[in-house]
Amino acid sequence: MSFINLDHISANPLLPEVKRAMIAAIEHDYHNPSSQHRRGEEAAAALEQARAEVARLVNAEDPREIVFTSGGTESVNHAIKGVALANAERGRHIVTTNIEHNAVIRSLRRLKSQGFTVTSLSVDAHGRVNPAAVAEAITPETILVSVMHANNETGTLQPIAEIAAIARARKVLFHTDAVDSVGVVPFDVREIGADLVSFAANAFYGPTGVGGLYIRKGVKIFPLLDGGVQEHNKRAGTENLVGILGMAAAAALARRELASRMAHLSRLKALFLEGLAAEIDEVIVNTHPVHSLPHLVSASIRYVEGESVMLMLDDEGFGVSTRSACATGSLRASHVLLSLGLSHADAQGTILVSFGLENTAEDVRRFLSALKKVVATLRGISPLYRKNASTG
Amino acid sequence: MMYNQVVMDHFRNPRNVGVIEEADGVGEVGNPLCGDMMTIYLKIRDERIEDIKFQTFGCGSAIAVSSMLTEIAKGKTIEEAKRITNRDVAEALQGLPKNKLHCSNLGADALQMAIRDYEARKAGIRRPELKRKDEHEHSHGDKCYCPYCDVEVDEGATFCEACQHELKEDH
Repeated sequence: MSFINLDHISANPLLPEVKRAMIAAIEHDYHNPSSQHRRGEEAAAALEQARAEVARLVNAEDPREIVFTSGGTESVNHAIKGVALANAERGRHIVTTNIEHNAVIRSLRRLKSQGFTVTSLSVDAHGRVNPAAVAEAITPETILVSVMHANNETGTLQPIAEIAAIARARKVLFHTDAVDSVGVVPFDVREIGADLVSFAANAFYGPTGVGGLYIRKGVKIFPLLDGGVQEHNKRAGTENLVGILGMAAAAALARRELASRMAHLSRLKALFLEGLAAEIDEVIVNTHPVHSLPHLVSASIRYVEGESVMLMLDDEGFGVSTRSACATGSLRASHVLLSLGLSHADAQGTILVSFGLENTAEDVRRFLSALKKVVATLRGISPLYRKNASTG
Repeated sequence: MMYNQVVMDHFRNPRNVGVIEEADGVGEVGNPLCGDMMTIYLKIRDERIEDIKFQTFGCGSAIAVSSMLTEIAKGKTIEEAKRITNRDVAEALQGLPKNKLHCSNLGADALQMAIRDYEARKAGIRRPELKRKDEHEHSHGDKCYCPYCDVEVDEGATFCEACQHELKEDH
């Protein structure tokens, strides 16, 4: 049976060029970049070339501002814990938002148990934080502001350049979790004015298990991993060169194709939103109409439950994801969706549709007709639909 | 796939879906805060469940539980039906994932509530029209259940003491 992947926020396939770069790296059998003989130096050169390529993707001033990590989670842990530990004598207060990824939330929770305090800001109905609220939350004790760029459950983009400017004016470091936006939308660390940026290769069709942390020159930060002197003393451990070379190949492609990719994805998203409004009643679109990722739609379909929708769509040959808590082990509704002000029932009925480069307009049309059928079936079973539907 | 074939069959082809107009007994349990809501309708003839229908808002497991429950209960006498437990439903489905066991509680609770409704009507006790419960009111007790180990936890609990799982983000 055919399967159409509309769950690119969970995983992107490797592009053929990326696969080829990684296979070539495996076959070349690189030595350890820290070794000083010629084969080590050859590996070091490949590593530094990759670093320069990734630095170009985010427009870092110096490639040495890029640290390769094992992915977004490590980058976020490194940024938050590394800054907190290195700056604790200056202050122990951190500002963040209610809609961050668990990597941020749980890193901060760990710090709270070590005596740090955290102010977490609320967001509006589309999931945007008000920069003025950030300014108000900063105290003389504040050492870090961490606000994500693109939310992984709504696709909404935060006004991070404004927030970075506020933090800078108050001499507070600014970190952004940009795991779902770097390589997907234009991202320029200098234009934004970020001190630390977490990102991951898979968001732009590179391999999983490899990511990056941008650390602006001069930022005081401790390593997360102690050991050797790799990554300019910022991240110990022999480098995952196969993954890093895959990430660099993906970064080069993403930089070159960014505009055309965004145009393709935005077209699919617009087609879907248009069809959704026309075909299915009582749907709440959680994604910001303007400030959002080009490929992701979060929609709460009232009176049905997300896991049921996801399972039935799977039977129809479509992969989507749901942040209805039921699917993720906890039965509680997602903290992000509740932060938007959704009721529990509406939050439970939320599906996440994320388009990818291989999707077509025909995929969207077929998906809409499957979705319409599935929602009609489940609403036919639902006691809420009967009682709440205002007419019939 | 997190569900077995029996569960998936009942989810894909739920039996006895719908509403019985002029039902002899109606039971409604659950709330969306815990993830699901279920309504059971009974048609009783000669103290036997002649027909049973359900409506459910919930995950795959909640729908499968509702469907299996109606299959088990259909044709049983009232006294037999009173003995149907949550465990019977879960066993007939050949098991549910641990964090979904609470869905089976919902099924048998709804049936027992519908039977009580039938008996109250028979005894001439006028019951008020069923109303939509407030979201924060728990009609199957005043507790929520831990999604991981199924012990009762307080509604606002952020941590399950029994299995040491965090339950909800704490800001």
